[in-house]
Amino acid sequence: MNIIVCIKQVPDTNEVKIDPVKGTLIREGVPSIINPDDKNALEEALRIKDMYEDVKVTVISMGPPQAEDALVEAIAMGADEAYLLTDRAFAGSDTYATSTALAAGIRYIGDYDLIFCGRQAIDGDTAQVGPQLAEHLGIPQITYVEELKIEGKKVVAKRALEDGYFVIESHMPVLLTAIKELNEPRYPSIKGIYEGYRGDKIKLLSAKDVGVDENTVGLNASPTNVLRSFTPATKSKKLEFLEGNPKEKARNLIVRLKEENII
Amino acid sequence: MAIVVVGEKCISCGACQEVCPFEAIEMKDVAVITDKCTACGSCIDACPVGAIVREEEKKEKVNIEDYRGVWVFAEQREGNLLNVAIELIGEGRKIADKLNTELTAILLGYDVDLLADKLIKYGADRVIYADSELLETYTTDAYAKVLCDLIEKRKPEILLMGATNIGRDLAPRISARIHTGLTADCTRLDVDLENRRLLQTRPAFGGNLMATIICPNHRPQMATVRPGVMEKAAYDETRTGQVEKFVPDLTEEDVQAKVVEHVKGNKPQVKLEEAKIIVSGGRGLGSAEGFKMLEELAEKLGAVVGASRATVDAGWIDHAHQVGQTGKTVRPDLYIACGISGAIQHLAGMKESKCIVAINKDKNAPIFEVADYGIVGDVYEIIPELISALDNIDELMEMVNA
Repeated sequence: MNIIVCIKQVPDTNEVKIDPVKGTLIREGVPSIINPDDKNALEEALRIKDMYEDVKVTVISMGPPQAEDALVEAIAMGADEAYLLTDRAFAGSDTYATSTALAAGIRYIGDYDLIFCGRQAIDGDTAQVGPQLAEHLGIPQITYVEELKIEGKKVVAKRALEDGYFVIESHMPVLLTAIKELNEPRYPSIKGIYEGYRGDKIKLLSAKDVGVDENTVGLNASPTNVLRSFTPATKSKKLEFLEGNPKEKARNLIVRLKEENII
Repeated sequence: MAIVVVGEKCISCGACQEVCPFEAIEMKDVAVITDKCTACGSCIDACPVGAIVREEEKKEKVNIEDYRGVWVFAEQREGNLLNVAIELIGEGRKIADKLNTELTAILLGYDVDLLADKLIKYGADRVIYADSELLETYTTDAYAKVLCDLIEKRKPEILLMGATNIGRDLAPRISARIHTGLTADCTRLDVDLENRRLLQTRPAFGGNLMATIICPNHRPQMATVRPGVMEKAAYDETRTGQVEKFVPDLTEEDVQAKVVEHVKGNKPQVKLEEAKIIVSGGRGLGSAEGFKMLEELAEKLGAVVGASRATVDAGWIDHAHQVGQTGKTVRPDLYIACGISGAIQHLAGMKESKCIVAINKDKNAPIFEVADYGIVGDVYEIIPELISALDNIDELMEMVNA
């Protein structure tokens, strides 16, 4: 069985803070990581590899050259090989153009039975690339997967809803997107780290390598454009601190809320 | 729409580099934009000498004039309209009126005629209602096929969907099939009347930035909208409109990924979006035990318990309670933040609340920046006092009024 896992290198947005004076992002010391949901996607592929014979796990990512670090980590966790789609032609892609490029990369890699993606990346939170990729490849999709079973040439997945879940059955090939409830990602092994840094399992691919028309990827092929961006305005409110001992503070608050008919 | 540096104007002051969220600017003799650029435009505003500009592409326009009308996807589950569908009608109505065009609700389901009528009463001019047993329960394949067929035939200029677990599965599949742009999780929508463009504003970069996205050359302009953000449409019994019911061209074979079971309510329902009062807990609670105290306070106030991401990640409380960028967006009448420092991701989900009370040990915590009332103190000292004050509220008010 061939499994392809799509991963993205992202800045750890939990570590990003706003400079309270300048209102700008403080980037210093913000580490780049494998997107968390993508790690769950990779873990699930590796679990299947642990359970069955003849499973090959291939990781693919699109990004700037330094995204190779994410692929080193993926190899270290146990992936068999990894490809980085990196080319100026891909720069500025929105989700549509990104899924076009990934589809080309996956066709280049060849046969697959399962494709895993993370549900969404923490730097964009769109959750769009997975379904768009499935559409480009013409295969069914199951998103928000929280439990997965392989039954012969079929998959049976628990797909999370806001209140409950669907059990969904699909033939292979199928694209699945993982949420964090699916599993607990493993740590890299020492042997894996060695193999990752040796670098011979990672290949770089250009737009030409995967045979994608350069007019169908990148900024110019992206249907959506950013018109402008801005830091969210914090409401300038009249903040009133309630004073006194804990009992007085609490009583003052309740009285205030009651007087304003809020409670 | 690439970002370019006008070399002769650049004074290499580094202001652009400082604001770039993506580390996409290198400073050589002049600023150089690298491949990491996402064209967010932060640098344009930051440049003191106007040396950074957005280069408009000259693109072949794709007969976008053929597309007219605003559509909203009226998501139903088991014969019940989701609240977000009514919020979308409210928002879609405003947009359709501005554009002087029709608002159409798209309803997919089986034997849900009553909902079609409701959608008219909430403000749709027209309801296109696909009725089929194969649409009773959502499947990506069946819903995408029916919607794509409709879009091809009827050519709407705007299609809005709820950013629910289902909307976020369906919308990208459709946008890829009909080759158009899609903006996820919008929190604000507007239109540019000059060119009928939908201005789609959403949080980016973990809520640290807001971005306004456009889809200039493709139609329909698609967006998913976060539940709980837009105001619900008002129900008007006297409203009339047209319901077009039809049986879509669908067969079992169209559905590749089949739903074999629907299990409900394995998690308790947490109706954060509908709550008038939310009592929310953060890392400052110290443990899962803290939420028991919050529940007691919530019960006294008729409130629902919310939580910050840190407490959900720590396993103190279920994700269903999470407020913020990766949780729910809420705007209750009263939001009481207990031991929440106020990370930007959390603020993004609650700062529109009408009245915000913050209780925190650290008087410099960012939560106080959005608060109306602040109490600096230990939540374990303050909250029991709040509970006891509420128990004796009549007495307390008499004392105050005496």
